Amino acid sequence: MKTNKLIYNIVYYIVIALIVVVFVYPFWWMATNSLNNINEIFGRPTLLPKSWMWSNYVEIFQVQPFARQYMNTIAVALLGTLGNVLIASLSGYAFARLRFPGRSALFILLLTALMMPIEVTIVPMYFMMNDIGANDTLVPLILIPIFCSQGAFSAFMLRQHFITVPKELEEAARLDGLRPTGIFFRIMLPISVPVLSSAAILAFLSVWNMYLEPLIFVSSVEKYTLPLALSNFNDTYGLPQWNLQMAATTLSVIPVMVFYLIFQNKISNAMVTSGMK
Amino acid sequence: MPRKYSKLERGEALTGYLFILPQMIGFLILVLVPLIMIFVYSFESRNLLFGNMGFSGLDNYQKLVSDDLFFTTLKNTIVFSLGVVPLNLVLSLALALYLGANASGTKIVRSVIFLPVITSGVAWAIVFKYLFQGGTAGPINYMLSFFGIEGPNWLHEKGWAMLSVILTRVLKNLGMNVLIFMGAVMNLPQDVLEAGRIDGANKPLLFFKIKLPLLMPSILMVMIVTVIGSMRVFDTIKLMTDGGPEGSTMVLVYYIYHQAFKTFNIGYAATISVVLFIIVLILTIIQWSLRRRASFYED
Repeated sequence: MKTNKLIYNIVYYIVIALIVVVFVYPFWWMATNSLNNINEIFGRPTLLPKSWMWSNYVEIFQVQPFARQYMNTIAVALLGTLGNVLIASLSGYAFARLRFPGRSALFILLLTALMMPIEVTIVPMYFMMNDIGANDTLVPLILIPIFCSQGAFSAFMLRQHFITVPKELEEAARLDGLRPTGIFFRIMLPISVPVLSSAAILAFLSVWNMYLEPLIFVSSVEKYTLPLALSNFNDTYGLPQWNLQMAATTLSVIPVMVFYLIFQNKISNAMVTSGMK
Repeated sequence: MPRKYSKLERGEALTGYLFILPQMIGFLILVLVPLIMIFVYSFESRNLLFGNMGFSGLDNYQKLVSDDLFFTTLKNTIVFSLGVVPLNLVLSLALALYLGANASGTKIVRSVIFLPVITSGVAWAIVFKYLFQGGTAGPINYMLSFFGIEGPNWLHEKGWAMLSVILTRVLKNLGMNVLIFMGAVMNLPQDVLEAGRIDGANKPLLFFKIKLPLLMPSILMVMIVTVIGSMRVFDTIKLMTDGGPEGSTMVLVYYIYHQAFKTFNIGYAATISVVLFIIVLILTIIQWSLRRRASFYED
């Protein structure tokens, strides 16, 4: 019986170690090779960089407007997230609490956006953006997370939240003479910060990581966002500059990773909720 | 007779419309109109460079049914899903059940298994493109060589390329489903399990007759979400194999992208988009009816 328990424990820790290795090794490999010479990347993998070439991290800013691309991504992610949460909280509140004719029909209509993957509609969207002169600008990359499926998802999530807020709170505010707009901004938004931040995290991650949209809508290098920039580390002969690509990838992953390590439970809970939408 | 609205009610209704206005306008322009347009485009001979070259009736649809490459991409998409979905579900459920019972160690697994989920698909695909390098150059083949196995040239051989993108994708999204299943396992009614144990059910019996049926609603939900995700795969394929070798990893979304922006056949690309839309629509209807059944059980 005792040896059984021992074997059970050993197997358990082997499984844990295996999982940790499988999921951490790709990141480890990325980080170590970001500090390697291009000739040292393949062949016998080492645990630490061979030549500690910190110059890779300088060079990525020279072969591409990487600083600019980084700023683009931050700008798009912040504006997209802000717009997403603001507009979704307005509509989420209205759909949850304000009574107006056609409310549930309009809400169900909006829910169809939830299921609409961007891949389905991207072709006509290219022409629409072209017509308004928004191609090769960051505008589509900001509008899509606000209004397409991510926007509908935030509206849905916030509506579910606003429904659970006790009605007495609004009654009291109304008796104090607040109008619906005042109730929304002065009472509802402040008490909803936890849910708003969950919606914001999901929106931010989806913008930070989007790839198809910039690939379609953006053509000049200085307007790229990070995922697109990462896929573009080739020298003038079209050969991949592996070590630079790894350095750039590492720099793009770090902020998200740090953010995740700080707010781990919050982020994984928000993602799991969205995974079951 | 229409009900008369009081001044207060009218005010509330007006505020309601104002509040939903920005979202609904955006929805109209960026979701509904493009959706209608894929149907319109599919009846047009439309080109990226020359614009609309006239109504073409069912030409695009005729082309679709006789296009071997389209059926290859459809088949590849299904093969990809048939690889990703069972592998993802079995692994994540097994891990959730195995780890759910043990407190120590679970926390670290929860953390590391979720790292790829928050990482961009592009970063993940780029790293795995290197890990899967052929010969003994790539770390995966290097490790295999310790066991005397000569690994294939993963991304450049038919069959192996598909397996590589499937594995990459499974590892990327596994954490999400593990966490969902861990939640579901934790919420299993303990009294029912206890009753089963008292009645002398052994472990396999307990699993197949009690746990599995109770977990079924979550499993079906996760399954359908994973299927929809697999139907939409693009970045993994674009970055790791670029549809190759010989189109063996060309999937639906890649084909839409290829037709629209590489060969400029917008009308035809829209027709393939219609197919993708119908697939996603059917899967979503299944998903919603499953959810209604699931919540029915909860009541």
